Amino acid sequence: MRSPFPAVAHPPGRMIRLLGVILAVTAAMLGVFALSASPAVAAEGDPYRISGNVQLDGEPLEGVKLVIDGPGGKQEVETDENGQWRVSVPEKDDYTVTLDEETLPEGIAVVDPEDDSPDEKDVTVGAGGRVTVNFFIGEGERNVTSMWDQFIQRTVQGLNFGLMLGLAAIGLSLVFGTTGISNFAHGEMVTFGAVAASFLVSAGSLALPLWIGLPLAVVLSAGFGLLLDMGLWRPLRRKRVGVVQLMIVSIGLSLALRYTFQFFIGGGTTQLPYASAPKLNFGPVQLSWIDIASIVISIVMIIAFALWLTRSRLGKATRAISDNSSLAAASGIDVDYVVRVVWIIAGGLAGLAGVLYAYYRPGIKWDMGAQMLLLMFAAVTLGGLGTAYGALIGSLIVGVLVEVSGLWIPSDLKYAGALVILIVILLFRPQGILGRRERIG
Amino acid sequence: MDWIQILSNTASSILSPATIGYALAALGLAVHFGYAGLLNMGIAGFMAIGAYGYAISILTFDLPWWLAAMIGLVAAAIFALILGVPTLRLRGDYLAIVTIAAAEVVRLLFLTTAFDDVTGSADGLSGYHASFREANPIPPGMYGFGPWVYNENQWWVRILGLLTLAIAVLVVWMLMRSPWGRVLKGIREDEDAVRALGKNAFAYKLQALVLGGVLAAAGGIVYALPSAVSPGVYVTSLTFFVWTALLLGGAATVFGPLLGSLIFWVLQTFLSNFLPALVQAGVLPFMTQIQAGTLRFILVGVALMLLVIFMPQGILGNKKELTFVK
Amino acid sequence: MSSEIPAPTEPTTDAAAEAADQHDPTAAPVERPKTTGLHVGDAKPGVAKVDPIIVADGVRRTFGGLTAVDVEHLEIPRGAITALIGPNGAGKTTLFNLLTGFDKPNEGTWTFDGKSLSGVPAFKVARLGQVRTFQLTKALGLLTVLENMKLGATGQRGERFWSSLIPALWRKQDAKIEARAMGLLAKFKLDAKAPDFAASLSGGQRKLLEMARALMSEPKLVMLDEPMAGVNPALTQSLLDHILDLKDEGMTVLFVEHDMHMVRHIADWVIVMAEGKVVAEGDPYSVMRDPAVIDAYLGAHQELDLGVVTGRVTAEEADPTTDAAASTSVDADELASAGTAEAEAEFAPDTEEKKK
Repeated sequence: MRSPFPAVAHPPGRMIRLLGVILAVTAAMLGVFALSASPAVAAEGDPYRISGNVQLDGEPLEGVKLVIDGPGGKQEVETDENGQWRVSVPEKDDYTVTLDEETLPEGIAVVDPEDDSPDEKDVTVGAGGRVTVNFFIGEGERNVTSMWDQFIQRTVQGLNFGLMLGLAAIGLSLVFGTTGISNFAHGEMVTFGAVAASFLVSAGSLALPLWIGLPLAVVLSAGFGLLLDMGLWRPLRRKRVGVVQLMIVSIGLSLALRYTFQFFIGGGTTQLPYASAPKLNFGPVQLSWIDIASIVISIVMIIAFALWLTRSRLGKATRAISDNSSLAAASGIDVDYVVRVVWIIAGGLAGLAGVLYAYYRPGIKWDMGAQMLLLMFAAVTLGGLGTAYGALIGSLIVGVLVEVSGLWIPSDLKYAGALVILIVILLFRPQGILGRRERIG
Repeated sequence: MDWIQILSNTASSILSPATIGYALAALGLAVHFGYAGLLNMGIAGFMAIGAYGYAISILTFDLPWWLAAMIGLVAAAIFALILGVPTLRLRGDYLAIVTIAAAEVVRLLFLTTAFDDVTGSADGLSGYHASFREANPIPPGMYGFGPWVYNENQWWVRILGLLTLAIAVLVVWMLMRSPWGRVLKGIREDEDAVRALGKNAFAYKLQALVLGGVLAAAGGIVYALPSAVSPGVYVTSLTFFVWTALLLGGAATVFGPLLGSLIFWVLQTFLSNFLPALVQAGVLPFMTQIQAGTLRFILVGVALMLLVIFMPQGILGNKKELTFVK
Repeated sequence: MSSEIPAPTEPTTDAAAEAADQHDPTAAPVERPKTTGLHVGDAKPGVAKVDPIIVADGVRRTFGGLTAVDVEHLEIPRGAITALIGPNGAGKTTLFNLLTGFDKPNEGTWTFDGKSLSGVPAFKVARLGQVRTFQLTKALGLLTVLENMKLGATGQRGERFWSSLIPALWRKQDAKIEARAMGLLAKFKLDAKAPDFAASLSGGQRKLLEMARALMSEPKLVMLDEPMAGVNPALTQSLLDHILDLKDEGMTVLFVEHDMHMVRHIADWVIVMAEGKVVAEGDPYSVMRDPAVIDAYLGAHQELDLGVVTGRVTAEEADPTTDAAASTSVDADELASAGTAEAEAEFAPDTEEKKK
């Protein structure tokens, strides 16, 4: 079953709140789209329709809330006085319709003995372009998962998210440490990985097998990092451009890349193969084999990276430069070469994070990296700017926090929660958890 | 290709509320960054607070439009204080991260369904024009010449917008020529040196943050005045666009933000008409009309990079000031 | 501080004359008299002054595990030029930062002109009449030289937000400030540069500008952090004269300097710091003749671990970058025979405490 909530594999049964991040971000981009005249979100003018009827013993129920999620983002709808509802959707694809049981009258629930989560239905908009969804409503127990089980499930998802966030954040942190750039275009390096993967493995494109295509996407991303360094950052280093200028250059780069992606892949969401792999049950935790693979790959890559950073000559040189660039240069380290390697690694790790994130959300979108950027900054700052391990620990904390906080605050505010934490951390411990005070000021 | 239409639309954008709104916001950013050296990456948050403050005051509290506008400005000032008191002690790039995060938090708060009754969540707010239009002294009808023909309400928005902009420019111009502006510029150059001379650098930075924030909020209100408030407008891209407009005109100048916003919108409007027309005419066969629309945002990004690298002082900036601010 | 014992003991004019004869290539054509009789009792670290302008007690600042400054008691004499010397990393600049409110100590109290400065922010310290300059010159590059100067004046009405909007309120005052600024610039031979950006000045001119700007605030105490660093030798003499002029105009000067000729030439009193502590005090001639100071603090034996020399740490614990054996041997033989016994004795209580 496809999760209606891309960021969390939903617990079996009733979700506390279904409005998700994707809604937030899609709607956020509305304005930009309005400017660019390429509506990619569900709107009145969309060609296809999902509709239904909510009744209790033949009596229509008014004001029952339903959430429809799928390509084009989440939509919310309420039943009218006849118990009827309808939404327009942009694409023929799979959608999830969830009925908010809290809006049903007291003591009433969606009942279906065959289904673990009867309040939620998957539908496919097919050839006809129209589909009807009905729920069985009657007196009965609402489907409730214990708080604890939800907590465990979200923690595991949060760790998964945190690990992939960590992959990206390590690169951001390394780049900052060695060059002083607060790279606002790092999110686009994440998107690049996902877009490259889509280009290599999607059925409509090259359709390479996953085991070749996805690693190749990571290699391409590393090459992208190299390209950026050679074409942009190294000349700017030569020109001795100041860090604030570099930061604004990275903002310009971020805008240019972001809209370049949109130029080529459009405003919609595309999926990688196996994005809707079935969930397996491990006690209270539901994971698909994609989730498991994602966790394993992240951990392996992070260990490999840690070994590189601590054991190899190049890794040690990187740390030396992060510590004191001019001293490192004076002691014979080829700073330019090391920085180039750092860009390659940052690009590769960001690309890998992009591929994993494309499965996690799920979906590839032109601005997916930008969604992650501030969380990366939050993670890096939390751990201490310029320290790779700090970035990793910060990422895990942010990942878990984002997912678990959804238990208590509306899920469309869970990113806001992480950002508030970022601000508070900066105020009270600007050097981060693992950072050293001397780095400040 | 309909050149008359393209050029007319382009010329019309000179007086558009969007141009005036951007100019106000960019002027606020000039106070922040150009004069005080504060890396505010959350200008969109200030604009959102101004616009929402205005719309919510009218729709929820039924206040007259001028009081609503005041409330929008005061709300932005309070936001600046809340943001500034703890963060102005931080190093420059930390301030950038805090402000961009704060602006996102603001946007998410306006977007969440939790406050749907007040904010309209993803739909935003609209239909708050009655009180503003009642105050319009212009009799109904179409006025103007050439591409600048508007009805009475459109003129009313533009006149008030330009008036606000004129006052704002005058205030900033006078401030920056005064000893107050001198201290502020000193802080931009080196905060410690100014503190060593007995100036309370923190207080000056806070005043600058509030002033710039209020100007940005005024820009947000003017931007939202003719139509609607939509949370999708106040994304980080908006902040970056305002930065581009500012750096284009010249960060440490009073008229640079105006010129920058004007050029930004004239070019945007021109390209948004011209590029799709090119596609339609078959000149750009490898592109769809939608792609042509996206192209101009790519160009904004490229322009921002080139500006910062090759012309950091902007069009009106002093050539001698080749050193970028900090 | 008490002024019961008015008489100075040690510094003598003979010594001054003798020293001036012996060396000092940068000596001014007209040697100005040194201010003497500043202290009460024997010149040892922490000695009481007849009329102190700054009194610091138990000021300690640590960075992580490193103690940068640990001053038990220190008084700066009023109306004189005091030099703060010591090897790199001795804590001179950190002490400067603490005294001026740019850094906060872990513990300790200090007063300026009898007013406690603990917890007082830097800008208020400056308003009390204690201005400083910086080791790395902080000329405000994108302001003109004249604007730099005008920024130095205190109590400007036009610097307040609302009144700045009404030029009538501050025009007159601003004109006066400008006249004073031009006067000072003329004195510092920078008047021709007034309309230029400060960024266009040479390093030495920036030092001059920074000093002139500090004077705009009409301070009682001027604190100069390495005023001669990076200054073109041609400008050295004029800079020295300016510093001497400050004293003649009734100001107190405290400066950090590495240039010993300059210290000898203009300082009335010298405070020597090492490893965060005040290790010697006195008039320039006696301090500089103190072999312990010469050997340990002025660079004659940089391979020695100061901790070992002063007996603070044992040879085993010595800094690995120094020659521990040499340090101990110096401690045992050379320094003692060179007559540093008294100096050692003076440090003794201090070092004993430290051992525990």
